[in-house]
Amino acid sequence: MEISYYPGCTLKTSAKNYEKTGLALLPIFDINPVEIKDWVCCGATYSLTSDNLMYQLAPIRTLIRAKESGNPRLLTLCDMCYNTLKRAALFIENDEEKREKIKNFMDEEETEYRGDEVEVVHLLTLLNEIGSHKISEKLVKSPQDLKIATYYGCMLLRPKEIQADSAENPQLMENIFQGLGVEIVDYPFRTECCGSYQIVNRREIILDRTKKIISSAVKNNAELMVLSCPLCDYNLEATQKDLIEQDSNFKPLPVLYFSQLLALILGIDPEINDWSLHNIDPTPVLKRKGLL
Amino acid sequence: MNNKLTLEDIDQFDLDEFQEISGENIFACYQCGNCSAGCPAADFMDLAPHEVIRLLQLGQIDEIVKTNTVWICAACVTCRVRCPKGVDLSKIMEAVRQIVLRKKNNYVDLNKIESELREKLPQIALVGNFRKFTL
Repeated sequence: MEISYYPGCTLKTSAKNYEKTGLALLPIFDINPVEIKDWVCCGATYSLTSDNLMYQLAPIRTLIRAKESGNPRLLTLCDMCYNTLKRAALFIENDEEKREKIKNFMDEEETEYRGDEVEVVHLLTLLNEIGSHKISEKLVKSPQDLKIATYYGCMLLRPKEIQADSAENPQLMENIFQGLGVEIVDYPFRTECCGSYQIVNRREIILDRTKKIISSAVKNNAELMVLSCPLCDYNLEATQKDLIEQDSNFKPLPVLYFSQLLALILGIDPEINDWSLHNIDPTPVLKRKGLL
Repeated sequence: MNNKLTLEDIDQFDLDEFQEISGENIFACYQCGNCSAGCPAADFMDLAPHEVIRLLQLGQIDEIVKTNTVWICAACVTCRVRCPKGVDLSKIMEAVRQIVLRKKNNYVDLNKIESELREKLPQIALVGNFRKFTL
């Protein structure tokens, strides 16, 4: 089965490990992701103003490309792309007057788009549709007594009309990893914001968030954290270096894309990971658990 | 803050413009404080999120603009999913930001971001930040 695939900007640069491992999982389940042609940046954050429609154009152009591809299910891996594309699709579907205005801004587009012809789907949703039973049938390397913390952040879960899972108690990653013998620790920050784009000009907010989130996961015995958003990954992973320098009591925690851990368990060659992209080296704990 | 309000003070606020930008009814809020209780960034804000709405109800947008609150909000939308009245505070924060930005007052200056940091940051951080903090 083929599925349209929208990578977005960051998966081609700082989140290469996510793209490589995420896409490598799909052929195991007979799914072939096909990157859509001429995609553009989604805008990263959904525009929250009602009177300026220009910000909606970029995600809608990408939805048009997906419609043209003939495979109207559009796979995303990045949580921010998921949120922006899904909200833009819903917006144009529900507001006929603004849909017409947007159409007039893009009169060079040959394909008309109504908003309901493309279904944006996140990799975690797709894997949950495959089901934990089928995924666990493909287990190659059983992790030995591994305890992980899952981190969801915001963009996959909020607002409710586009959420991939419950905003307060999501289970998308739990469903996948529990069936593979991984223990998931409970801690209270799974769905709390990492600080997002404040990393550009208010680094202190991210340091505060990272300290709270990572320390809570560590206190609850997590040995790894898994997540699905490239910005959460940067914020929660790269800033741990600063925290180690600032506070000798801070205990770092390796952070991986969930697809990296899943790929190792399902026997995909670990060489597709570039471990040098990690600031907190996850390889010692992965070796200890029999995954490397 | 000015504790004594006159009708003229309140009338100075262009409510129609604000509703058009935000698409939200600020008078739906009954000040339960759920938004502020759950806001992960409230510690960094001069005004708590529910105080922003209260000041808007009183036409005091200038008092909000003097504070850092709308520039700390990262639109995580936790407040909206928990609001018992369905108010989307993330859109209200955005509208206040837009009113400032549309007067050609960018909050972030690309040239002041250290090039070393700029190269390391994922694009979604930069694009997201500039979308929210510049025009």
